Amino acid sequence: MNIIDKEPLFSTKNVKLLTTPLNDENPITVQVLGICSALAVTVKLEPAVVLAVAVVAVMGSANVIISLLRKTIPQRIRIIVQLVVIASLVILVDQVLKAFLYDVSRQLSVFVGLIITNCIIMGRLEAFALGNRVWPSFLDGVGNAAGYGWILIVVAFFRELLGSGTVWDYPVMERLGLYTIGYENNGFMILPPMALITVGIIIWVQRSRNRKLIESK
Amino acid sequence: MKQNNTYIFLYSSAMVVIVAAILSVVATVLRPYQELNIEIAKKLDILRSVEKAEQAQEMRDRNAYVEEEYARYIVDSYVIDHLGERRDDIDAFGVNVREEMRKPLEERNLPVFVAQDDDGSEYYIFPVHGRGLWGPVYGYVALEGDLNTIFGVIFDHDSETPGLGAEINTARFENQFKGKKLFDETGEFVSISIIKPGAVPPGDHNVDGISGGTITSQGVEEMLYDVLGSYRTYFRNQKNSEI
Repeated sequence: MNIIDKEPLFSTKNVKLLTTPLNDENPITVQVLGICSALAVTVKLEPAVVLAVAVVAVMGSANVIISLLRKTIPQRIRIIVQLVVIASLVILVDQVLKAFLYDVSRQLSVFVGLIITNCIIMGRLEAFALGNRVWPSFLDGVGNAAGYGWILIVVAFFRELLGSGTVWDYPVMERLGLYTIGYENNGFMILPPMALITVGIIIWVQRSRNRKLIESK
Repeated sequence: MKQNNTYIFLYSSAMVVIVAAILSVVATVLRPYQELNIEIAKKLDILRSVEKAEQAQEMRDRNAYVEEEYARYIVDSYVIDHLGERRDDIDAFGVNVREEMRKPLEERNLPVFVAQDDDGSEYYIFPVHGRGLWGPVYGYVALEGDLNTIFGVIFDHDSETPGLGAEINTARFENQFKGKKLFDETGEFVSISIIKPGAVPPGDHNVDGISGGTITSQGVEEMLYDVLGSYRTYFRNQKNSEI
């Protein structure tokens, strides 16, 4: 116990908790979790970024709360306890957005509520926060949420650029004058299946650069 | 770790009570802010349908700016019934069009907002509410003094698909409605059709729909027909009284 107490806040082990979910243990591209919301919110960049931030907030605090309670939570109802914690945090985020960032909340509408159904959050509570101390749990939550978030943002960037011809609602393609030479937006990029294909391409690129991830047969 | 049933019952009851208390306190504390936001958003929508309050995004004190513009341009508001009779016992701003549209035509309270521009021309603004693909679509339609020509529209939605149905709240879609007419040459109410782009030559009574957002487009079309249709008698009365 004493050794762990004296461990520096950003020891190699702790930093790893934060960084491995960005690449080696990425929740979307390696564990293939949370795909459902990756389809729903990645048509445009702005909702994707706001959702990524909201997930970081919810996941960091949910991990902290569960980690604080981990010795008291009865084994048999632990899933229910986790759900209650996540759902309350999501409602809080939603209420705060409605009160102070009304425009953003109007744009996101149902997507904020969808955070509750994000399986990555419950997965991390179950797999990590229930058995670890508060600080590492917090780092793990933020790391996984960020790993989820950056994929979301990359997918949204390409879908918005190729599907609507804009980036953050700025008409890039129009400014480049591509429409005048016959370029057309690819409406298919706006539809959900293209999110899966984009994620697939990211997985391909990631595995070709990161040999560890290739399963040996 | 304790595992017996009593512990589990106590634990879950305490958890539920604590969570409920936290959430209700937060909801109560934040409610005034949320209600103010909704009121300001509504006023801003009404103003935007007549192309006012367009600098709202850049204003530092947005709420005060919106209130000021609203007081300046919206000169009158009242509620009418389906026969066009004024009902002075109801406040137009508080009417929930969604609820009204669920009632039979005879019982509907229909709000009218009157805007007066700096040059004296008057516009009539009508709130509309309907169903899109995933949830409600709504907005405001501003008519010119002839109660036939559309001066401007503002649409919004709760949960239409981004990039598809959600495009109804973009200027590109809304601007198409300018100058369109609700009544045909014979004085019949025909409203505005939202059609597949390029299917019919552009006319006074149609605009282009959104590719990939067909059901939302249809929802907007039905909304305009149903809600503005309820005002039919009022439109006719107003026109006749002017002649």
